[in-house]
Amino acid sequence: MISNWLQKIGHNTLSRFSRIGKGGMFLLQTLLSLPYILGKPQLLIRQLYSVGVQTLLIILVAGIFIGMVLALQSYIVLVDFGAEESISLMVSLSILRELGPVFTGLLFAGRAGSALTAEIGLMKSTEQLSGMEMMAVNPMKYVIAPRFLAGIISVPLLTLIFMAVAILGGFFVATEMLGIYEGVYWSQMQAKVDFHEDLINGLIKSLVFGFVVVWIAVFEGYDCVPTSEGLGQATTRTVVHGSLAILGLDFILTALMFNV
Amino acid sequence: MDIERGKVTAIMGPSGTGKTTLLKLIGGQLKPDAGSIHVDGENVHQLSQPALYELRQRTMGMLFQSGALLTDLSVYDNVAFPLREHTSLPASAIHHLVLLKLNVVGLRGARDLMTTELSGGMARRVALARAIALDPEMIMYDEPFTGQDPISMGVLVKLIYDLNKALGMTSVVVSHDVNETASISDYIYVISAGKVVQHGTPEKIENSDSDWVQQFMRGLADGPVPFHFSSDSLMDDLTGLAQQGAEK
Repeated sequence: MISNWLQKIGHNTLSRFSRIGKGGMFLLQTLLSLPYILGKPQLLIRQLYSVGVQTLLIILVAGIFIGMVLALQSYIVLVDFGAEESISLMVSLSILRELGPVFTGLLFAGRAGSALTAEIGLMKSTEQLSGMEMMAVNPMKYVIAPRFLAGIISVPLLTLIFMAVAILGGFFVATEMLGIYEGVYWSQMQAKVDFHEDLINGLIKSLVFGFVVVWIAVFEGYDCVPTSEGLGQATTRTVVHGSLAILGLDFILTALMFNV
Repeated sequence: MDIERGKVTAIMGPSGTGKTTLLKLIGGQLKPDAGSIHVDGENVHQLSQPALYELRQRTMGMLFQSGALLTDLSVYDNVAFPLREHTSLPASAIHHLVLLKLNVVGLRGARDLMTTELSGGMARRVALARAIALDPEMIMYDEPFTGQDPISMGVLVKLIYDLNKALGMTSVVVSHDVNETASISDYIYVISAGKVVQHGTPEKIENSDSDWVQQFMRGLADGPVPFHFSSDSLMDDLTGLAQQGAEK
């Protein structure tokens, strides 16, 4: 009984580690395949559309609403101290440093990451990947590399857009609903928000999140068990592991960047 | 096992005996636990990746059971895919080649369809046109007749036969459709559980004195391969259940 239990733990641990190793090798192969895209830019452009542009709507809507809610909540707290004029600072710093990269990463994992896993997994189960191999076309180059690169390019851009619309959403609520003077909103931001410290750090975060999420997504798709059940599990793992990785990495990056 | 150049070699056997695995071994997609496979004088599993890809490009075409067409491309683009990837031919030459290949399988008129609009038989014919796009020396067919209606099946049988005779392509047909496969093959290997049970010309296999081969070739329900999956006797199972019920 106990030995069975121990065996199970050992087996699970070993298979975890071997999967991590497999993921690492996969990443290496993907990186080595990237130069192939130079000769086939149209592959990258098509993926930029399906991975990036098609994620735009959810990013815009989420950004506006999060900015608006943040302005409302900040006002409630700040007004007690008579500091409601700092509302733009509250909105912009939380968006630039944390919410922008994290929310975009999470939404990207749910919208584009899951789609990538499902697409690649289905290509595997319908033998399209095998078919390419037999036609002497390496699917790592033709299928994986363009999707991987498109994800890495898209996430920071989507994050920038998210940040911009969230700050505008906050601006709308602050000036139209809460009666803050427009000039105050912008001048507070201009005075206190640092380009490097806040914006660039946020974008570095988003680059890291994009890298990790899209790596998980393409690996899960490529490595999935090619059945309907296996595909479902792989898609779920992409979203769960991707989201957890973002939250964990966010803590580490924040600790490193802001010298706490 | 020897597959002769320019001939149609059939590999037959029940489902799950490793026929498709064999094709994947030949194509270098799987590694053998023991033994070696030589294609055109080269040991497939000792080649570096670039050399393996070069060998595949030069000598192998494969028709997958599902067709394995790229679903985001049209029929035309699917057939053009290997040409665009491996040659630097101008678009006009690719256009001519694609139309010729599609003409061979009778689907020149379907070139603008998306692969999702094709019937199963048509998809397999498009896949065949794609497999012969680069004029490989050998073409491997994985269960080409499975799930086809009689007309599509007849078309595929004729295509495989014609391609072999007209272009001299070495053909390896993996199948368990006994009659269709036997009618076009020069040599047959019958395998079961990963082992060659018998091999020879279609006539020799037809007149085999092995009970197992006879059962397989004639499609008999019971014989050396029993009808029942191995289990206790029905009586034991039933009384066993009754006892369990009584204990409860």
